[in-house]
Amino acid sequence: MAVTNPKFEASEALLAAYAVPSGAAWATEARAKAAAHLRAIGAPNKRDEYWKYTNPTALTEVPTPSAALFASDEAPMFDAIDRVKVVFVDGVLDTAQSDDLSLEGVEIETLTEATSKDIHWAKDLFGVLEANGQNPVDRPMAALNTAVATEGLVIHVKAETTKPLALRYIHTSENSDAMVHHVIKVEEGAKFTLLESGPGAARFNSVLEVDVADNAEFHHVRTQGRDHERKTATHMYGRLGAESIYRSFTMTVNGMLTRNESVLEFTGDDAQATVSGASAGDGKDFHHDDTVFVTHDSVDCESRQVFKKVLRNGATGVFQGKILVQPDAQKTDGYQISQGLLLDDDSNFLAKPELEIYADDVACSHGSTVGAIDEDAMFYLTSRGVPKAQAQDMLILAFLGEAIDEIDNSDLADEIHDRLAAWMERRRA
Amino acid sequence: MLEIKNLQVGLEEEDKQILKGVDLKIGEGEVHAIMGPNGSGKSTTSYVLSGKDGYEVTDGSAELYGEDLLEMEPEERAAAGLFLAFQYPVEIPGVGNMTFLRTAVNAQRKARGEEELSAGEFLKVVREKAKALKIDADMLKRPVNVGFSGGEKKRNEILQMAMLEPKMCVLDETDSGLDVDAMKLVAEGVNALRDGKRSFLVITHYQRLLDHIKPDVVHIMANGKIVKSGGPELALEVENNGYADILAEVA
Repeated sequence: MAVTNPKFEASEALLAAYAVPSGAAWATEARAKAAAHLRAIGAPNKRDEYWKYTNPTALTEVPTPSAALFASDEAPMFDAIDRVKVVFVDGVLDTAQSDDLSLEGVEIETLTEATSKDIHWAKDLFGVLEANGQNPVDRPMAALNTAVATEGLVIHVKAETTKPLALRYIHTSENSDAMVHHVIKVEEGAKFTLLESGPGAARFNSVLEVDVADNAEFHHVRTQGRDHERKTATHMYGRLGAESIYRSFTMTVNGMLTRNESVLEFTGDDAQATVSGASAGDGKDFHHDDTVFVTHDSVDCESRQVFKKVLRNGATGVFQGKILVQPDAQKTDGYQISQGLLLDDDSNFLAKPELEIYADDVACSHGSTVGAIDEDAMFYLTSRGVPKAQAQDMLILAFLGEAIDEIDNSDLADEIHDRLAAWMERRRA
Repeated sequence: MLEIKNLQVGLEEEDKQILKGVDLKIGEGEVHAIMGPNGSGKSTTSYVLSGKDGYEVTDGSAELYGEDLLEMEPEERAAAGLFLAFQYPVEIPGVGNMTFLRTAVNAQRKARGEEELSAGEFLKVVREKAKALKIDADMLKRPVNVGFSGGEKKRNEILQMAMLEPKMCVLDETDSGLDVDAMKLVAEGVNALRDGKRSFLVITHYQRLLDHIKPDVVHIMANGKIVKSGGPELALEVENNGYADILAEVA
């Protein structure tokens, strides 16, 4: 019997477009489970509630829609700092351009190496956090990634690292389709910083599964590349142990379609997590979606979501953020703010903030606002002699700054700030 | 100097005339005060001079040293030497006070074709001037006016004025919300800027500010016009008798 539902037609077409990776039994099983799950739920469709504000067609089309290459005259991100650099070209690890995969206190393997070993710690994480995150909401693009990805790193952090690992994703082919899957385990008391930058490919699908053990810290700063036509779907899964810290920040400028999903779960007491993002879009071909799901299932944990978007010339920003507090998660402190700054009447900010709370002793707050540049502030600045365009940029950067402030490394925060300032400056009238 | 002739101004959004022919001439180095009952058009005069949106000039002119202010953008008026000390200074979260001041000073210097101040030079000057106004380093680091008390906000206005070195300073009810000590401090800051060339227009409800900033000329504004001008004694007359007698006299 012919399959008639477009969701299932699309998922079959996607699975058929990629080879089934080979590997050890546990990896094959995880991949098969993910493929079966994708078959069962189907590819995302614009009629799905979770995709109400973002049309996923460009993410699911076969063959991959092309994206023009973008020549930037800016230095690559995170280039001036001491780090271990790893380069992926169109989603494929390029060892020639990368540093040695060696960092004190850390074991770094490729996904292919790790998944070919019969016994490996990654068995407990690879596809596992992703599969946990399929409930209560379907995340088909992540299931696809687990099922077919062969590229990525498997990182075991055993101590406090001396420098960050910086992944650079270079886009060189107009039709490239990248599937990258990283698995990170930060052991008890260890501390690790992951940096990611670049568009990755014409279409880039990435999954990051991070297990942060008790008293461990994971810091993450990501920038998604200025290529105007790129399509990007990312999923970041974080599982937090007791007294652990998880901080992730993403800067997005340009890009035709970006969907960043973050799924965090507190499993130990007294942990803290922050997911934040600053994005800037210019033109009707910019669509940027932050979708966040934080589950509190332990006592005395704190979570923060801080998302800021500045939109102009018909750009669209989306925020869907949820805090779920389970019955036993007392003393939870959940905070969520999403704000859109619209520079004209053609741009859109669509927000769906949600709180679902089953514990009775919690402090949760959320706010979502959309607005224009404050005219009184503009007059104040210009009356002091600051030209209008510069005054507007100062106010925009101040607005985005509240998200950048969530990065707790000031050098990284400054670099992000400077990039955004440069982006604004290029658009001055 | 500032010369305002027959200035007539209405609101853009509604059919309401606020200024009905203001004439005012302030010479180099002079201090003029405008007093008047609520709603007489005092603050509107200051906003129209500095270029705030929402007003429509229907007739008249305003020139600063021969330059037509009304044709300029607010930042051009600032670069031409006009400064407005706000009645209600605006809070701007996320913009550091120091960054703001330096950007403003350098933008004006650039607009006038002067060289920009280096970070070091700027810091030296701003620290010196801030000290005289009892503005501490912490206030300079904080976002513009955010969490400042009423007195701190007004002192911050005077600091900006001192840094920008304008030719013409308009002070819109700078005394409102200030206690006696704070008012003295602000007045001292203003007086320190009097150099025989710089001119001032002080808008106030109360005579007491004029005890500290001594005006050369006092104007009474009512119903969108200047109805009477005189020496400092005019302010005392208002203080003692209110506006009723003066308004009855000119009616």
